[in-house]
Amino acid sequence: MKRFMLSITAVLTCGAVIIPQAIAQPAGDPVARGKYIVSTSGCHDCHTPWVLGPRGPEPDMTRALSGHPKDMAMPPAPSLAGPWLISIAATNTAFAGPWGVSFTANLTPDRDTGLGKWTAKGFKDTIRTGRHLGRGREVLPPMPIMVYNNFTDADLEAIFAYLQTIPAVANKVPEPLQPPAAVAAAK
Amino acid sequence: MSNGSSFHRAAAALLLALAASPVHTATDARLAATLAETGLFEAGSVERIRGSNQAFAPQFPLWTDGQAKRRWLYLPPGATIDKSDPDRWDFPRGTRLWKEFSAEGRIETRLIERLADGSWRFASYAWNAEGTEATLAPAEGIPKRGIPSRADCLACHEGANVPVLGYSAVQLGGMIAARSPQERAAMGYLHGNCGHCHNANALEATGLFLAQSAASPVRSAAATRASVAERAAEILRRVQSANRYIRMPPIGVSVPDSQSAAVIEHWIQQDLQPHREASR
Repeated sequence: MKRFMLSITAVLTCGAVIIPQAIAQPAGDPVARGKYIVSTSGCHDCHTPWVLGPRGPEPDMTRALSGHPKDMAMPPAPSLAGPWLISIAATNTAFAGPWGVSFTANLTPDRDTGLGKWTAKGFKDTIRTGRHLGRGREVLPPMPIMVYNNFTDADLEAIFAYLQTIPAVANKVPEPLQPPAAVAAAK
Repeated sequence: MSNGSSFHRAAAALLLALAASPVHTATDARLAATLAETGLFEAGSVERIRGSNQAFAPQFPLWTDGQAKRRWLYLPPGATIDKSDPDRWDFPRGTRLWKEFSAEGRIETRLIERLADGSWRFASYAWNAEGTEATLAPAEGIPKRGIPSRADCLACHEGANVPVLGYSAVQLGGMIAARSPQERAAMGYLHGNCGHCHNANALEATGLFLAQSAASPVRSAAATRASVAERAAEILRRVQSANRYIRMPPIGVSVPDSQSAAVIEHWIQQDLQPHREASR
């Protein structure tokens, strides 16, 4: 089980290795602007699966921003007590906590499993409201909606424009799981 | 969370707060502090409805865990609703609508109001335990009592052609181009509970068209049949689910409407799918 879990500290420490070089952002080019924001705002930290490379954990850029891998079935999360509250998959794409289990979304433009059918408005509504497309279920932790809500509309439109240009990856991310207590209460 | 420690609850609250939705609505200062001040009741009463407020009931009501509801409409003196577009009734400035939710007592009364600049604002008033006073709920709502945030009001009411969902041509008796009473009941439920989001304007990306049109009823019914037939299993799973991450509608429901879900299931299995097979 230890191989599947990293501590939050380890994940946050690893997050620093994503961007090896400064990224140019030509003035007036929303796609370049979006790439800059995505690459500097931690999107890859959770939406790109991590693998254990020769230098330690690193994002698998062949599956960039494709979310939790569909073929990675997660066992039940360990029961935590005391100040330990959250379990994180080694890919950094699945998170178990008091809310249940959340899996990071596929942000690539795949039409069936990603954002291929989304619009810029739907993307903005998601960040602005904390609900999918502004109307569906809540976006779950650890997605920092409160932080990203500080982006301007132009920033969010640039992010969406960039995400529509990256390679599409067909990867149907699992639906989130409720916490065990909620599952028991529903029976 | 199994040990229910206060630390866990606090940490969970913090994490959920990080994902919480921001609110962009009118300030509380512009809203009346109590329901009595909104003009619903006669002066000095929280029971007697003012004669200028017209009671109404939509034919396809929104399911809210089986709660009882009462609704009223107020139009300013001499003002009328422009109904020239049957799918986009234009309500006059100053329109107010209230909806009262009750279970074993009054829980909340929601208010929608059209302001002088043409915009709409939304508020909820929470009743006290004695049922003697309803006061303005905070913008973030009162989740433990099931009272939604004002942002959640917008999530449903901003998706339709007009923010007033229950007072429309379809909801006040308009025709649905259904082929059977069973289909009418199923389509009506989907219109009243899902159509305000699942329409071509609000959520085209989902490919579900569940709103009925008073102007083009045959066309809207055909679009509903086609999209439901395409995703019947997923629709059934969501309307039958108590899982808050899966269920539909996602807001205001914690107990599925099992009776309506059974109607939809029967319609799909006995009516919709056989028609589809026959047309192939």
